[in-house]
Amino acid sequence: MLVEARNLTKVYADTKALDNLSFDLRRGEILGLLGPNGAGKTTTLHILLGLLEPTSGEVLITGLSPFKDRSTIAHKINFSSAYQTLPQNLKVNENLLTFARLYGIQDAKKKIPSLLELFELSHLQNRITGALSSGEKTKLNLAKCLLNDPVLLILDEPTASLDPDISEKVRSTIQRIQRERNMGIIYTSHNMFEVENLCDRIIFIHRGKRIIEGTAGDIQKSFETVSLEQAFIKIARGGEVVVGEKS
Amino acid sequence: MLIRYLYLHKRSVPRFFEIIFWPVMDLLVWGFLTLYVQGMVDASLSKFVVFILYGMIFWDILYRSQQAVTISIMEEIWHQNILNILVSPLHIWEWLTATFLYGLLKTAVITVILMTITRFFYHFDMIKELGLAVIPLAANLLLFGWVLGILTSGLLLIWGYSAEALIWGVPYLMQPVSAVFYPLTVLPDGLQMVAKALPSTYVFEGVRAVMRGEGLHPKYFLTAFGLNILFFIISATFFEWLYRKARASGRLVRLGMY
Repeated sequence: MLVEARNLTKVYADTKALDNLSFDLRRGEILGLLGPNGAGKTTTLHILLGLLEPTSGEVLITGLSPFKDRSTIAHKINFSSAYQTLPQNLKVNENLLTFARLYGIQDAKKKIPSLLELFELSHLQNRITGALSSGEKTKLNLAKCLLNDPVLLILDEPTASLDPDISEKVRSTIQRIQRERNMGIIYTSHNMFEVENLCDRIIFIHRGKRIIEGTAGDIQKSFETVSLEQAFIKIARGGEVVVGEKS
Repeated sequence: MLIRYLYLHKRSVPRFFEIIFWPVMDLLVWGFLTLYVQGMVDASLSKFVVFILYGMIFWDILYRSQQAVTISIMEEIWHQNILNILVSPLHIWEWLTATFLYGLLKTAVITVILMTITRFFYHFDMIKELGLAVIPLAANLLLFGWVLGILTSGLLLIWGYSAEALIWGVPYLMQPVSAVFYPLTVLPDGLQMVAKALPSTYVFEGVRAVMRGEGLHPKYFLTAFGLNILFFIISATFFEWLYRKARASGRLVRLGMY
């Protein structure tokens, strides 16, 4: 098992951000983590990344703790978020070189050009990052994510603010790379169409609790809706809670 | 990370200004003031007036080394890149070490520029007057700057933007009680006790002793060094505690958002 999360709970003062959340992720699987704003999705991701300690519960990545075995885990995972950017005052290739060094990539001089080509950024390698468009910045973030050939990729709304054309290109690239490298991906997004097409399995979280788990089709059937979006709205508005079932 | 900081200097006008313009402007003001006051006092006192200028140059070493540490961390918060860094294999102490080296490089460049201008523009030769004593004295100020940098960086992790004022303010809290431009004995008794607890005080007292012709007694730089080691251990322990607290409380992931 690539990721094992058991009974994760996170309490802040008087708020329970996560309430006994458990889930698994296998290698080669894309898991969608959905939920309304404030549901606990980002809290979950931050715990997986070792940035936030849970109040109770345990998480293991490749059998190791992201807190106790941080150095080992850090080489195996990577992360991209719509809310984190690379330094805007560095050039594209300088940013990738910096992160290649941080991850100890030996063949950075070969790897970086191939990643730039993959994401159609080769012609921008000497451009200052701040001068890139949103789509180009997103692709640069993803290129950074793949520098260390991670076994686990955590993508927090990677296509937020992208137009449909660029979104589709980014999604296709993610899918292709994921299949080629047999990566596990945990993916959050508010774009239900994207989640339906990309994710093998989906977990809905609301108020820190797992509401339901399954494929997009299973979830739609459980909530008697014709789309994942309608199921989402039903959950967000306090629709019938179904005890989490794996399909 | 050191290379990342050096990339920025290749093309950044504000960073050029930071290394060249502001220190040189300060030097010009203090240099002309020194010349003016020197012209008003007799020969026996004129040597001590020169100390005003040397005090400014030495103080800049402490200031720049503290700023290098804290601004490097703050910059990642400003760029919303801090979580990318914290998720990477980079250990927080490797990051801090890179900022120490960055501070050392910047300080070395600025100090050489200032000493050169002082020599050729004002005809005060710091190396000739202080000799090799410059090295242990400057090293102690660099080290204390790092200590203050670790302390303010830790407060940044827990307070975020609210702590930004500390980046600029903490060195100036130390300045009045570090006997920078005046001897320790000028301070009232209570403040003298505070001053005696600071490594920087012994550096500036040591410079004054050399200028009096007493040479650099080991007590100055050994006391400064001993206090620096003690404060380094305290600030490092405090920083680790703040880092763990920020990670447990969720403050770490909200950096840049409050």
